Amino acid sequence: MSQITETDVVIVGAGPVGLFAVFELGLYDLECHLIDILDRAGGQCAELYPEKPIYDIPALPVVSGQELTDNLLTQIKPFSPQFHFNRMVTSFKKLDGGRFELTTDEDEKFRAKVVIVAAGGGSFQPKRPPIPGIEEYESGSVYYSVRRMEEFRDHDLVIVGGGDSALDWTLNLQPIARSVTLVHRRPQFRAADDSVNKMFALHDQGALKFEMGQISQLHGDNGQLRAATLKHADGERELACTRMLPFFGLTMKLGPIADWGLNLHENLITVDTEKFETSEPGIFAIGDINWYPGKLKLILSGFHEAALMAQAARKIVRPDEKVVFQYTTSSTSLQKKLGVK
Amino acid sequence: MTKLTIVAHDGMKFEIDADDGSTVMENAIRNSVPGIEAECGGACACATCHVFVDDDWSETVGTPDVMEEDMLDFAYDVRPTSRLSCQIKVSPELEGLVVYVPERQA
Repeated sequence: MSQITETDVVIVGAGPVGLFAVFELGLYDLECHLIDILDRAGGQCAELYPEKPIYDIPALPVVSGQELTDNLLTQIKPFSPQFHFNRMVTSFKKLDGGRFELTTDEDEKFRAKVVIVAAGGGSFQPKRPPIPGIEEYESGSVYYSVRRMEEFRDHDLVIVGGGDSALDWTLNLQPIARSVTLVHRRPQFRAADDSVNKMFALHDQGALKFEMGQISQLHGDNGQLRAATLKHADGERELACTRMLPFFGLTMKLGPIADWGLNLHENLITVDTEKFETSEPGIFAIGDINWYPGKLKLILSGFHEAALMAQAARKIVRPDEKVVFQYTTSSTSLQKKLGVK
Repeated sequence: MTKLTIVAHDGMKFEIDADDGSTVMENAIRNSVPGIEAECGGACACATCHVFVDDDWSETVGTPDVMEEDMLDFAYDVRPTSRLSCQIKVSPELEGLVVYVPERQA
């Protein structure tokens, strides 16, 4: 039996815009649960450029992606947002009474009257290396992550990449695989020194192979991998293998949200510019993932969209409550919610 | 202004008057050169603005720094003259620079 969480609002995506939405919704006492595929808050700011300076946040002449994230987390702390990391929303359905149910890949269910899609460029997913025809081998021979180590027992593995994932899986799978060949285009790695040393030690013992080069072609029949062509400085040759694990970092994909039945414009979700509501009433899209005429993919635009969305979301969750718009600078009730009074 | 030539994979040449201080990637995007995606917008955080620097220019343009070299691990068909075009800054000494867009980006 999967776990069911009932809440006012579910926010898909815990990047800067999703985080600020918690603030705007919190001012109206709306409880938020956030779901994100990454293992922490911040979205692209945390994953792609934590150290990079951002210069166009109003009143912050310069701020790094990580600082912006940390500041937002501090700002929304009074509203106790509930985070659910390392999860992807896999399915969506409408329930009676104008509510929605989202299911994650951990088989949890979230029920809410309002869903906010603040998924930026989409969910971070493993990047498919640009090897021609690799798709054909993706059901059974080419894996982008290891869910069950048993799938690799007694196989001839080629692991491609130079980061921690490639090194870690090389070391973890070496004892159970029939053979392991690590392929990387240069002798330097972007991984912990300890793992690199261990890998070279096993290489010297003959327990695994390290090949410098790039994989240019795959060979096999009916999706079953037989060999991969290694292109190196002096030419090409074939490596016999039955499983390949490429670790080429992450990319962003719209993912299952594309199947929710929302109107899309070139892979972005179409919204109105009054409420930032999608073609499905009760579902809003804010930040980089939405589209409307004149849209600019700026964090500040996402913040603005969050504020207007919150007005509409409040009316859906609490239709009978009459609320007068107030400012945080002067309203004692808002200040109480923020914990400053 | 510095003249540079970006050759798309189909052979189409883009001759561009580039502002000094701008990056080759920015000029490629501004001129809609096909095959330069620049997904991350120039943060050296993806590898989708990969180019091959013309052999004659390779030495003048120089080699990638550590971070760029790390990102190049994610590119396709990386060669000794590979660079990420967001990390090549235009300057008068690059007058006449030629770079080639690879068959595909990662």
